[in-house]
Amino acid sequence: MQILNRATDRMTIEVLLVEDSPGDVRLTKEAFLEANAGIHMSVAPDGVEAMAFLNRHGRYSNAPRPDFILLDLNLPKMDGWEVLARIKSDASLRTIPTVILTTSEAQEDIEKSYQLQANCFLNKPVLFEDFDSLVKSINTFWLKEATLPRQMVYALSSD
Amino acid sequence: MAIEVLIVEDSPGDVRLTKEAFHDANPSVHLNVAADGVEAMAFLKHQGIYAHAPRPDLILLDLNLPKMDGREVLAQIKKDESLKTIPTVVLTTSESEVDIAKSYDLQANCYLSKPVELDAFEALVKSINDFWLTKVKLPLNRQIR
Repeated sequence: MQILNRATDRMTIEVLLVEDSPGDVRLTKEAFLEANAGIHMSVAPDGVEAMAFLNRHGRYSNAPRPDFILLDLNLPKMDGWEVLARIKSDASLRTIPTVILTTSEAQEDIEKSYQLQANCFLNKPVLFEDFDSLVKSINTFWLKEATLPRQMVYALSSD
Repeated sequence: MAIEVLIVEDSPGDVRLTKEAFHDANPSVHLNVAADGVEAMAFLKHQGIYAHAPRPDLILLDLNLPKMDGREVLAQIKKDESLKTIPTVVLTTSESEVDIAKSYDLQANCYLSKPVELDAFEALVKSINDFWLTKVKLPLNRQIR
């Protein structure tokens, strides 16, 4: 019920970015905050930290539940495939839209991501302007037009 | 090369509006229509009159459908090894929290609420085209015959 109350009161959209490159983290944060000031972005620099954050382990015991996850594939410790597989096989996490954002354009990576039930696969553009424009599209489509699951529903169904 | 979109929708008015909106947004979209859940599954599995149906690049799925509802169609798509990779977007007038949560639980790729106003509906179709058919990398369209 705590989560239910917080979810209905909250004004921010919680985004978890799983990305190991500090440069990309910075660019992504800046681009999202410019597109939507209501976003609060948390960062996990590897797969193990991402899972600790999502499962509220250790220092993440008070971590917010993300409304939306941006997941890189090539990550230290535990790669993005494993993170994706774990999210989508966990009954309480699988409803969180998880979008792959990677420099890989390999068709096998695309297939494998959809096989593991990624919500969509996006290619991270190299050029800064293109990256900025992609972030704006993600914000417009996923955080404005799409209907995301409410956190209160999980709180009622996952316990 | 045509982009194959399957819309599963029982309202002829909505089908027509969607067709027109896609035609304006992207003339290379080829829109296929299934009017109920049973037809949708026959189309996807190339059964009967759908023996030569194309494999869709994207599915737009209404929830409330005759014969077999959209939740069941979604569950069948996402349980099928060869169909589960097709991005399946729920497009419905329902704003019920249960439908939203259930759709994401069944691994809908995204849930969109169908606007009542015509202009808003056209804008949404344009936005589906801009995001899913332009920005997103889709799985390869393997024709399974």
